[in-house]
This record gives sequence, structure tokens and C-alpha cells, in this order.
Amino acid sequence: MSPIVKLVAQRIALGVLLLFAVSVLIFAGTQILPGDVAQSILGQSATPEALANLRQELGLNDPAIVRYFNWLGGVLTGDLGTALTTRQEITATLGPRLWNTLFLAFWAAIVSVPLAILLGLLAVRYRNGPIDKAISGFALASTSFPEFFIGYLLVFFFAVKLQWLPPISTVYDGMPFLDKLRAIVLPATALVLVVLAHMMRMTRAAILNVMQSAYIETAELKGLSALDIIRRHAFPNAIAPIVNVVMLNLAFLVVGVVVVEVIFVYPGMGQYLVDHVAKRDVPVVQAVGLVFAAVYISLNIIADIAAILANPRLRHPK
Amino acid sequence: MADAVSHADAGELLLDIRNLKIEATVYPPGEDPRQVTIVDGVSLKLHKGKVLGLIGESGAGKSTIGLSSMGYGRGGVKITGGEVILNGRDILKGGMSGLRKLRGREVCYVAQSAAAAFNPSHRLMDQVVEAALRHGTATRKEAERRAVELFRKLSLPNPETIGRRYPHQVSGGQLQRVMTAMALCSEPDLIVFDEPTTALDVTTQIDVLAAIKDAIRDTGVAALYITHDLAVVAQVADEIMVLRHGKLVEWGKTRQIIKEPRQEYTNALVSVHEIEHQEKPPRDTPILSVKNVTAAYGGSDVKVLKDVSVDIYAGQTLAVVGESGSGKSTLARAITGLLPPENGTIEFAGRKLSARLDDRKRDDLRELQMIYQMADVAMNPRQTVGTIIGRPLEFYFNMRGRERDARVAELLDKIEMGKGFVDRYPAELSGGQKQRVCIARALAAKPKLIICDEVTSALDPLVANGILNLLLELQSEEDVAYLFITHDLATVKSIADSIAVMYQGTVVRYGPKSKVLEPPFDDYTDLLLRSVPEMEIGWLEKAIEGRRMESAGN
Repeated sequence: MSPIVKLVAQRIALGVLLLFAVSVLIFAGTQILPGDVAQSILGQSATPEALANLRQELGLNDPAIVRYFNWLGGVLTGDLGTALTTRQEITATLGPRLWNTLFLAFWAAIVSVPLAILLGLLAVRYRNGPIDKAISGFALASTSFPEFFIGYLLVFFFAVKLQWLPPISTVYDGMPFLDKLRAIVLPATALVLVVLAHMMRMTRAAILNVMQSAYIETAELKGLSALDIIRRHAFPNAIAPIVNVVMLNLAFLVVGVVVVEVIFVYPGMGQYLVDHVAKRDVPVVQAVGLVFAAVYISLNIIADIAAILANPRLRHPK
Repeated sequence: MADAVSHADAGELLLDIRNLKIEATVYPPGEDPRQVTIVDGVSLKLHKGKVLGLIGESGAGKSTIGLSSMGYGRGGVKITGGEVILNGRDILKGGMSGLRKLRGREVCYVAQSAAAAFNPSHRLMDQVVEAALRHGTATRKEAERRAVELFRKLSLPNPETIGRRYPHQVSGGQLQRVMTAMALCSEPDLIVFDEPTTALDVTTQIDVLAAIKDAIRDTGVAALYITHDLAVVAQVADEIMVLRHGKLVEWGKTRQIIKEPRQEYTNALVSVHEIEHQEKPPRDTPILSVKNVTAAYGGSDVKVLKDVSVDIYAGQTLAVVGESGSGKSTLARAITGLLPPENGTIEFAGRKLSARLDDRKRDDLRELQMIYQMADVAMNPRQTVGTIIGRPLEFYFNMRGRERDARVAELLDKIEMGKGFVDRYPAELSGGQKQRVCIARALAAKPKLIICDEVTSALDPLVANGILNLLLELQSEEDVAYLFITHDLATVKSIADSIAVMYQGTVVRYGPKSKVLEPPFDDYTDLLLRSVPEMEIGWLEKAIEGRRMESAGN
């Protein structure tokens, strides 16, 4: 087996193992939480018989390990359980919301990743000059504002004052694609502003690090232009650290959108999670936690694999 | 002095550097930044198709002058005065875009370490033709055809396909030749060779040198050949310029410089500095005895050491010589416990050493010290000389305070670096001084054996000589034994009592120095001896003619 296949297989196996470990933690964590699920469903005035029946029905009397494997078995077959409060199938409710969150994250990423890398390249090209400082200053300022503040600023100017865009990002099934895009412009912009600086700064640092190498001097002594040197000779060797930070931010776009979704009342995972944490709906919290962990771990595996593939020594062994 | 050379018959003038002044801003720790002059008032003339050797020790400004012909200053270096006239115009007046037009087209550069100078993420061919494409001197197809031709001329293996490889897939000697091909590919008027063979094994150096020489002759390109090795430059240069501290010392025809040097400094460089070292006969019992050691990395089938047995006696030096990859440093790793051998035993001072470093007692560690090739990376840059040398005293002997300081001062005296150095940081020391501090640190542990891994390879010849003398002196004072790893046979002659020649993990020749260096030789030892450059015009051709086997790097 070529070393690269082996390395990639190792990373994936490790990711799966990690996901199982996380599922154990999520399950254990929700078991430790105080309170009785049956009690919280039926309320304080429930009779002991009713409570006992409900416990029997929900399988709460089984040992924790049995309940864990029942839950895990369900998860593996696509059944995330039933929400306690609404009595609805979690998979059916969660599916469209996950899709909405991914839709928002996708468009935020499409804008922010190329923009961050381009700004990073430009910052290196004009390093320590006014352009570099302006880029860094703008990016740092936008990151330093909390996202809810940016969100409200955007709403105030573009929805309330200028009335170009809707203040609330309502999307529904069967909504025309362009309308959907229009609806998410403001939350996507808020997200872009949040993640831009981190990616841009890391791109700049990673490329500057590579710029110290002797082969950059070789390129310079071939008479290449500054931008060609950065693009052709520095950037390919800085891919690994850049991909890492990009993936970290993409993960944030999926799992960290709670606040932005709440501000724009966007029907995504964040909203769903917040609602059900408030209601102590343990199965929903577990399910959302697991989905977030899966997204996080997969993106990190992709980053690892990209770093492996970016290394010519591994791609082309002797 | 410059006028001593007659240029009447030299043909058309290509490069005319006049009164060059180059300065840099340095940032000494704890002081204000200041300007230092690196090159001061140097002038040179180079005619089409000629080779001028620039020679001097590190800090002489030779690379800086070489790069000035491309209008390039490394780091914070700036050309602050003079003219650089290339093909009839002053390139310093053409601005950045003018410089970009000439770099990679009129003037090309061959760096010392091709391994670092090639971009690891691109195939060789893409990098070789890049300059020609950038300047539009050839289409991709033409450039690639020319590259393949050059690969063939430089006797690279598989010239048709080697361009598809990545830099890490070819050996150092091959990479250096690919770099020469890269410089020649855009058919420049001038190539700056910056120590192109210094990082190579002597056996590989000879091939690369011959390839470069042939390529220069066949293409008619002119060259500035920068090196600290006079014997090497004598093989390729028409004229030689000797530099010191950024100033011209002497400039003349190659024959004149090496046969009739007019300046004292040139004379010092030219004369052979062989240290007369009387070989000591073996004693009764060795201090270190390596018996039938076989080792491999990570349980691999490829054995990097095969049945190696050598003895070292107290107060004596065993030199281990061979090309890179012959297992010299691996032997050191096996002895120090960094690479536990699969078979065989190592006895030290009458006791058997544990194979693994972790199982060794503190006294085993103390009595077996190491000195490395790169003195500057073997020291913590944030510690002062006093702390660095004092550390083994604290660690092994529990010395503190005044007692330790007194011993540090004593050790500094031994390495001929008076008291003023205690509070200095490694960055403030010269290469030779750094190596001396490493020697003092090793001595502080009162070792019975010091493993010296290529300790003089990175140093200028005169400085290296000082280090060798110091090591010999310390040996007679402290009765310490050395395991001296080197690829340089001249060094071996100066310091060894016995010699082990290694080739592909085995010891092919072993015994007292006088026996090992006495004919008849086996083919490999013969190759090593023949490859040591001699300060003779025409040595290169003779050496290649007389070889009985190819070098491993080829």
C-alpha cells in the first residue's frame, strides 16, 4: 500500500474512533444532568403511577449502558430518537434545519475563504506598507466586534435605514433560490466578517514564514515578479497551515452560528439547539451535539488529509 | 594590484564593477542598530567566456559581490556606492524592473545548497525552464529540449525523465547539477556559482566540478566562481581574486595566485596547513570497544551498520571516514545509545554499555560527550556562554555559585577564550568561537571519550586548523579519546592515530593511520584519497582519469 493511502486511512479510522468517543461523552454528559425526564415532561403535579409508566415507556429504567447502545443503534440507522417536548421524530425535524445551516455556512465560506486568502496574499505582497496595515486593521476590527453587534449594525443600516434587505431571514421549502440567497445576505455577511480576520492573518503568517526559504531567493533571482513569487513559489508550500485554519473556521461556520441564527431568526441548527436546551429536551441536545461533533471532526480530517496531499514528499515517495 | 593583470588579449568586456560599496544594517542584541560595511571599494572586470574565482574566508564579502552582479542584496544588505556595468550599462540605475529583466536572463545564479534552493512542491523541469519562459527567450517546448540536452551534458542519469522528478527524489550531487542546468537553460552571459560543491562529498564534488567545467567551456558562458577552497577554484578559474573583510587583497591569473602569491594573506591561504601529528601506538586495553555491531532504522531490512568492530584507546583518536550515507554518523548514534543496535556489544571503560540511552547510568552519559558540525544549533541561543558551559557542571557535579564560575573560567582559558566571553550570547560569537564553546561544554563533563561529528566541516580552513590544534592540545592534557567523524582526508592525516574507512555500512579498511594510508589501497580508499582536491592546475582531469570506481553520489 502506498504510504499516502495508509496515512489517509489512518486519519479516517482515527476520526471514526473519535466520533464514538464523543458519542459516549455526550451520552454520559446528559445522564449526569440533574432532573428527571419523566418529571419534566409531566410536570410537578404528576402522579407516581403516571411517572412510573412514562419511565417504563421511555426505557428510563434500563441500565445506562443498555440505553447508550439503544441510542447508538438508532443513530447508526438514522433514527435520532423522539423529541420529548414535541413528540416529533428528531431526524425529520433536524434534517431541513441542518440543510439550512449548511446552506448559510456554504455561502459564507464561498465568500470568506477566497477573500481571506486573497487579502492574505496582498498583505504579504505589500507587507509592512499601508495596504498591509489597512487590511490587517480592517480584519482585526471586524473580528473584535461581537457577532451580535455586527448583526444588529447590519440590520440597522441595510434593513431599517436603507431597506435593501429583509431584517429577518425567513426561508421555507420551495422558496425560489434567488429569494433564499437574498434572505441570507445579512447573516452570511455577519459570519464572513467574523471569520475573515483569522484566516487572513494565518495566511499572511504562513506565507511570510515560507518567504524566508532559500527557494524564494532562487525565484527572485530568476527575475519573477513579487506576486508570481508569492503565488507560485510561496503559496503551494504554505497550504498545510492555511487549510488547517480554513477548516477550523468552516467548522465554526456550522457549529458556531447560534448567535447569528438567533439574531436573524434563521431556521437552522442553532435556533433549534437553543430552543431545546431551554426546554431540557435531552434527546434533541444529544442529537445536535452529535451532528456538530461529526461536522467538526470531518472538517478536521479533511484538513489533515489536505495537508498530507500538499506534501510532495508523501505524494511522490522516492 | 588590479593593474597587475593584463586584459589586452581578453576579448569583449562583460562585467565591470567599479568601486563597489555594500553596507548592511545589523541589530546586535542589546545595542542600537548600526551600519556595517561589508564590501569596501572593490573593482573587478570580467570578459566574455572567462571564469573569475572569488576566494576568501566567511565574511570576506565574496557572495555579496557575486550577487551584486544581479543587483541583489541578501537580507538587509544594500549596495550603497559604485557602479555595476553589465553589457555596457549600469544595472544599478535601471530600477527594480530593469533588474528583473536581467535576473534569470543575462545573469543566473547557482546556490551552495541546491537542496534548499529548489522549491519542494514543483517538478524539476518546471523550475529549470521557468526563467526562460518568464523572459520569453524560448517556448516551453524549446526550453525543455534544451534542458534535456543540458541534463545529458551534465551527465545526469535518465536525462529524458529526470525533469519529472521532485527535488527530494534525486541526490544532492545530482540536484547541484540540475541547478547548473537551470542556470544555463536561459543561455545567460554570466553565471554566479556560489560555493556550488562545498556541501557535497569530496567524491561527488569531483564529478560536479568536472560537469560545471565542461558546461562552461562548451557554452562559452562567463562565470564568477565563489568558494573558500583555493584548490577547487584553481581547477576552473582563469583568474582569481582574493578578498578579506570586504576588501581586495590580490587579483591575478590562477597560476600566479597559487604559485607566486604576492600578498602575505594569499600565501597563508595557499600554503598547506598540515599539522604534524605523530601517530601513537595502541595501548593494552581500549577505552571503547565496538564489537560486531549491526543496526537498522525502525526494524527495516536495510542494515545501516553491518558487523562493525572498532577499538579506541585512551588519549587517542580514531578517525571514521566515508561518504555521506556510509554509516559514520550512524555508528556515533549506536555508541551514544540513540540507535540501539540489533546485534553486537559496545564496551566502554571496562563495562558493557546498555544498548538504549534510557537504560544508561549517569556516569555513562557523562564520560561520553559529543560535539556537532553545526555549533550554532547545538547551543541554546538564549543562554550565555557561562550558562552553557556551567550546565554540565551543575548537572553532573552539582557545582554551584563561585565554584562553578571558577571552573567555567578555567574551561574558557583552556579553549583560549579569555574571561570577556562569559556573558556573551552564541549569536555574538564567530563560527570558530562557537565550536570552541561546544568543546568546553563537552570537556566540562570530564569525559573519557568525545565523539566529534564533522566538527570542522563548516569552518574556514584557517579556523578549522585552530580547532584541530586545540583538540590535540586538550587530548594531551586531559588524556581524552576522540572518535572523529569526517569526510575530509586532510583532517584525518592531521589528527588520527587510527582510521576506519566506512562504505555502505561496513568498515572496509581499519588500522593504524600509517597502515591505512599506505599503498596498496582498496578501490574505495583510493577513490577517497584521489578525490581530495590538490592545488595543482589540471589536478581535476588527472584525478578523474585515475579513478577505479564511480562515486556513490553519481
